[in-house]
Amino acid sequence: MTLTFLNVFAAVLIAIAFVAANAAYLVWCERKGAGFIQRRPGPTENGPWGLLQPPVDGIKLMTKQLLIPGGVDKIIFMVAPVLAMFPTLISFVTIPFSETIVAHNMNIGVLMIFVFGSMSAMALLMGGWSSRNKYAMISSVRAVSQAVAYEIPMLVTTITVVMIAGSLDLMEIVHKQSGGFWHWNIWPLQNGLYNILMPVSFLIFFICSLAETNRAPFDLGEAESELVAGFHTEYSSMGFGLFFMGEYANIVIGACLTTILFLGGWDCPLGLFPGVWWFLLKIYALIFTFIWIRWTFPRTTIYNLLNLSWKVLIPISLFNLLLTAGLLKVF
Amino acid sequence: MNEPVVLQPDETFVLNVGPQHPATHGVLRVKMTMDGEYIYDAETVIGYIHRMHEKMAENRTYTQYLPNLSRLDYLSAMAYCHGYVLAVEKAAAIEVPERAEYIRAITVEMNRISSHLVWFGAFVMDLGGFSPLMYAFDDREQILDLLEGVTGSRLTYCYFRFGGLYNDIDDDFITGTRQFIKRMRKALKMYRNLVTNNIILMTRLKEIGPISVDLCQRYGATGPVARGSGINYDVRRNEAYSVYPEFDFDVPVFTEGDSYARYNVRMEEMEQSLRIIEQGLDKLPDGPVNPEKKIKTVKLPPGDYYTAVEAGRGSFGIRIVSDGDKSPYRLKLRSPTYSNMHLFDEACRGMLIADALAFMGSLDLVIPEMDR
Repeated sequence: MTLTFLNVFAAVLIAIAFVAANAAYLVWCERKGAGFIQRRPGPTENGPWGLLQPPVDGIKLMTKQLLIPGGVDKIIFMVAPVLAMFPTLISFVTIPFSETIVAHNMNIGVLMIFVFGSMSAMALLMGGWSSRNKYAMISSVRAVSQAVAYEIPMLVTTITVVMIAGSLDLMEIVHKQSGGFWHWNIWPLQNGLYNILMPVSFLIFFICSLAETNRAPFDLGEAESELVAGFHTEYSSMGFGLFFMGEYANIVIGACLTTILFLGGWDCPLGLFPGVWWFLLKIYALIFTFIWIRWTFPRTTIYNLLNLSWKVLIPISLFNLLLTAGLLKVF
Repeated sequence: MNEPVVLQPDETFVLNVGPQHPATHGVLRVKMTMDGEYIYDAETVIGYIHRMHEKMAENRTYTQYLPNLSRLDYLSAMAYCHGYVLAVEKAAAIEVPERAEYIRAITVEMNRISSHLVWFGAFVMDLGGFSPLMYAFDDREQILDLLEGVTGSRLTYCYFRFGGLYNDIDDDFITGTRQFIKRMRKALKMYRNLVTNNIILMTRLKEIGPISVDLCQRYGATGPVARGSGINYDVRRNEAYSVYPEFDFDVPVFTEGDSYARYNVRMEEMEQSLRIIEQGLDKLPDGPVNPEKKIKTVKLPPGDYYTAVEAGRGSFGIRIVSDGDKSPYRLKLRSPTYSNMHLFDEACRGMLIADALAFMGSLDLVIPEMDR
């Protein structure tokens, strides 16, 4: 296949449209999921099963006044929501949905996702800082320390997987896991390698992606019973909408990355008929788990969260990195 | 018990929590002087919903003042009405039929459960868990339906009359209540498994906001707040009123004094209230619910009368000074939230804001009752 500029452009647009549609409809899924967990119907009014809720919400958000409070740093205030949404959209370009469906494969795909992923913490900091609101300020400071604390174990765990696969290419990482669920990186038996810490690694990665998306039980950035609405207290209209969509886009990214790194991407559990449907099934199962956790657990506190990261997750993931390196050297 | 962190800040800022803030559940305002996320000093500002209930009593007859009582604490309105009618009955020496007293105790205890359920849902929501609120409100709905059937209102009941009740309970109420007891026992077990034993909830509450016995006594804290600190005092048992001596129930006391202890006191109180309701239904005597001779105007003989009851939030005292007229000369309401809340200023120093708001939730504040 020759990669013309137009081809790439179209593919990138489709990938972005996929995330945007997902981000919009995940709100619906979340509300239905919350309804299911709380024994109530959730949205029902707009369209069948409330399916028209996301476009209606979108219209409402877009037609509202974009209020800029006096005394804010206008440029940063306006840039922050865009920065919350856009990097996440871009990082979707390298996600391989199946053998053939990928917008633009890169041999440094993992690196690129992390580079763009870490920009969303920047957006929260900018949004909170420029708002000139005490709640937003506390929230943005929290969000940054949280992002720093959780990107380290996440990266270390990813390096472990990258070492096993021997490549930063997401396609390559999935290829290494093909041929049934016993080959997936989540299991200790991996290419003749007996690493019993891999399931723990998966858990660490999953917890970190929960924390990265600022969702309950780690939603300290917007902890609404403490900080009103956190970093987006002063945002209205689509400014708020972009922060909101960014959160859901982040969830999709987190689920995709977990699937690719640990659950064998588009590979079938039994080694038959690999295809994009397996990938979608896996990411939506993970997304449902995200929703399930959010509506079940109370919120933790910032010091418990940091303790968990610095005292538990980072040592374990570093130890696992060393163990994997040793095993790779020995076998 | 952890000693609070002593801060010596170089730079502070004032964080204005309330009067409109999701955690204050009403129009309470707390001016917090913060050192980063630590609270250096806090000052509660009250009075945003002051309605002069005490002064209103002086301009109304005793009967006309009845509906005011259920507007104090709209979550456990029954207990406040109970306190008032008991005070007036004691002063005017009005005989109450036994059946009426039993029904009063049953409805008050049901109202206590519904009040604790609201607290439970709202408190866990303060901690960031949304779903228990829906479950708690579903259970509370059963109580409201039952009470609506007999009293005619769902929230601000005016069910008790001097010497009796507005009307008698029917068989529907009795069977419905028995069903509710079964349902509630199951629900409480679920809450224990899902919420009380949740590890995140425990880390959020254990050793957070410890209150010493001394602090409770200095501020006059009562009810679950005091019982969570190890003060074994319940007006229903220690100054028994109504038909409470007839019932066999425990008073849950925890000695830790932290938010988790206060949480557990309320959760166990719900179980004890179920026991009281069950016994009340078993022992319910037949007979009238109103005295034979109709009471027309109530006039208290000159004097100073005080009665206390155990409301959802603690000891509710009512003092009536009468000069023999048809309205009181002075009526003083001693509401439990007022005392329970004021220890917040002192106890929250050195806490993180997240912990302080969890601590505030564990005090179970109802602002209209505090401001009166």
